[in-house]
Amino acid sequence: MATAIQTHGLAAIEKAFAQAKAEKRAAFIPYFPIGYPDYATSLDVITAFAEVGADIIEIGVPFSDPLADGPIIQAATQIALKNGTTPQLCVKAIAELRQRGVHTPMVLMGYVNPFMAYGYEKLTADAKKFGIDGFIIPDLPADEADDFQKLVDGYKLGLSYFVAPTSSPSRIRLAAQKSRGYIYLVSITGTTGAKEALPEELVQNVAAIRTVTQHPIAVGFGVNTPDQAKQLGQLVDGVIVGSALVKAAGKSVEEARNLAAALRNAL
Amino acid sequence: MTTMPTVPDARGYFGPFGGRFVPETVIPALEELTAKYLEMKSDPDFQNELVNLNRTYIGRPTPVTFAARLTEYLGGAKIYLKREDLAHSGAHKINNALGQALLTKRMGKKRIIAETGAGQHGVASATAAALLGLDCVVYMGSVDMERQKPNVFRMKLLGAQVCPVESGSKTLKDAINEAIRDWVTNVRSSHYLLGSALGPHPYPMMVRDFQSVIGIEAREQIQQMAGTLPDFVVACVGGGSNSIGIFYPFRDDANVELIGVEAGGHGIESGEHAARFADEKISRLGMLHGTKSYVMQTEDGQIMETHSISAGLDYPSIGPEHAFLRHQERAEYTYATDEEALEAFQLLCKLEGIIPALESAHAVAEVIKLAPKLSKDAVVLVNLSGRGDKDLDTVINALNERGK
Repeated sequence: MATAIQTHGLAAIEKAFAQAKAEKRAAFIPYFPIGYPDYATSLDVITAFAEVGADIIEIGVPFSDPLADGPIIQAATQIALKNGTTPQLCVKAIAELRQRGVHTPMVLMGYVNPFMAYGYEKLTADAKKFGIDGFIIPDLPADEADDFQKLVDGYKLGLSYFVAPTSSPSRIRLAAQKSRGYIYLVSITGTTGAKEALPEELVQNVAAIRTVTQHPIAVGFGVNTPDQAKQLGQLVDGVIVGSALVKAAGKSVEEARNLAAALRNAL
Repeated sequence: MTTMPTVPDARGYFGPFGGRFVPETVIPALEELTAKYLEMKSDPDFQNELVNLNRTYIGRPTPVTFAARLTEYLGGAKIYLKREDLAHSGAHKINNALGQALLTKRMGKKRIIAETGAGQHGVASATAAALLGLDCVVYMGSVDMERQKPNVFRMKLLGAQVCPVESGSKTLKDAINEAIRDWVTNVRSSHYLLGSALGPHPYPMMVRDFQSVIGIEAREQIQQMAGTLPDFVVACVGGGSNSIGIFYPFRDDANVELIGVEAGGHGIESGEHAARFADEKISRLGMLHGTKSYVMQTEDGQIMETHSISAGLDYPSIGPEHAFLRHQERAEYTYATDEEALEAFQLLCKLEGIIPALESAHAVAEVIKLAPKLSKDAVVLVNLSGRGDKDLDTVINALNERGK
């Protein structure tokens, strides 16, 4: 499709970062799982994120054993599973959001087993078909992902690998070389939603990544407040917020919208 | 005789199984652990220290006992028991816990994190930590804490902190999730002392190696006692550490049949079991806790809750080397139900004066089926992986329910 009106996949992700950069700010990347507190509300929350100017949205696919997640996302995704949320439903949700007019790039974030059960081939084909722009899979490291990576590249989709505070230079190079779109920098050693203050070493982590790649860097895990977002936004290209928004959405869609707007405006 | 290929490869693969499917944060720790383990494997000081503690602390070698009355009762093959129930702290788990605790010290870490199902690995980890002066935190599902109370108390006495896990099915798999979350958070100061032959590379290899002492000893002992290699080696399989420990040194003995016994729970047709190899409807290739193997899961790839009367076998996946041994047709896998395990438990008590762990009773249950079909010259070696003191409440309740 040489004359696509709307960009898709990797191109859409790259465009989002380019646009934020042109506006001299970091991209705002909220995370939210489908099915929490219920299917309809989760779509309303995601729509609200798009409306307040999210640059990319990470759509969580609930899993029974989310070992990289802290208590808030664990609890939310368990509720989503009880509500009957499946990977199929998450794909359908994105199709529905596209029909509603949400044009923000959306990437699926989930664990490897449900994606494997869905089938990598079908998953990436459906991504192309229904408007999913990329993937983030915390338990699929770059050196275990060859099969999946081939398909992602074939469909020109995004794929973010993680860099952690513990990552060696060779692991950073690997993540940089294999990521499509942005690199996901974990701010701290820990699970999502951690409460500690953002560490000093983050500056060194970012510098280490910058020496090996031009890819945009987005920071996640433990980013809770507009102040933190603002501070981080001066250091990196994207700020990812999950647990704090999930917690807000547990109260109401409006709470989530207001927090998202405040985070976006802080950047 | 065909020899088995050397596994795993450098990336931790046993054929198509294994690997390292974990969050990036812990990958450097796994790399460090792999390097340190391989270094220590050929370090004479480390090996001497381990051998010495195995002998003077665990009480190795554990004996092999000829089960004369059980043999007579079943009327077939001669049955020998490898007595891991006599290892210090009551099960084979100490072999691995002590090895990894020594490794923890060599890595300069001061805290170990462990998960436990039946409590045996938790007790073994707490024991090794007490011996070597390490801090120890053990994650245990609250359901398992209830059914294995004596072990909870033992861990606390040994100085460990026991953290109840309330998420998911509140059993072993959830305890592993929580242990990994702790490890991801405290990876620089803590070693994750994983208790079974599963998880990301190098755990399946390293745990196998530490547990292989069972099979190395037993292979020599049985030849002395029976004058021959066994025709069958039988062991229960949860994650698979006791079974891989006894199987591995026999892998190139082509005439020795290896039989793993999974937990049949309420029966395969009930769907309430932990027989990963017996139920193709719900058990498929998947990824759980960092390794690619068979996983009991829904069509959507959600991990299923399993059932077994024995907490130590109640786990939805199986170590990758077992998947490989089955794939290579080197080992066969069968299952025993809760009922069969209970029968075997009682029979071994009455005929041999040995109270086995409910886990080990699953292996005995298979022998009850197998031995009568064999000639009196045949030799069956059973790994009695642990003792059953921890299971008395469970057994009393189960027998009461059944009006026995």
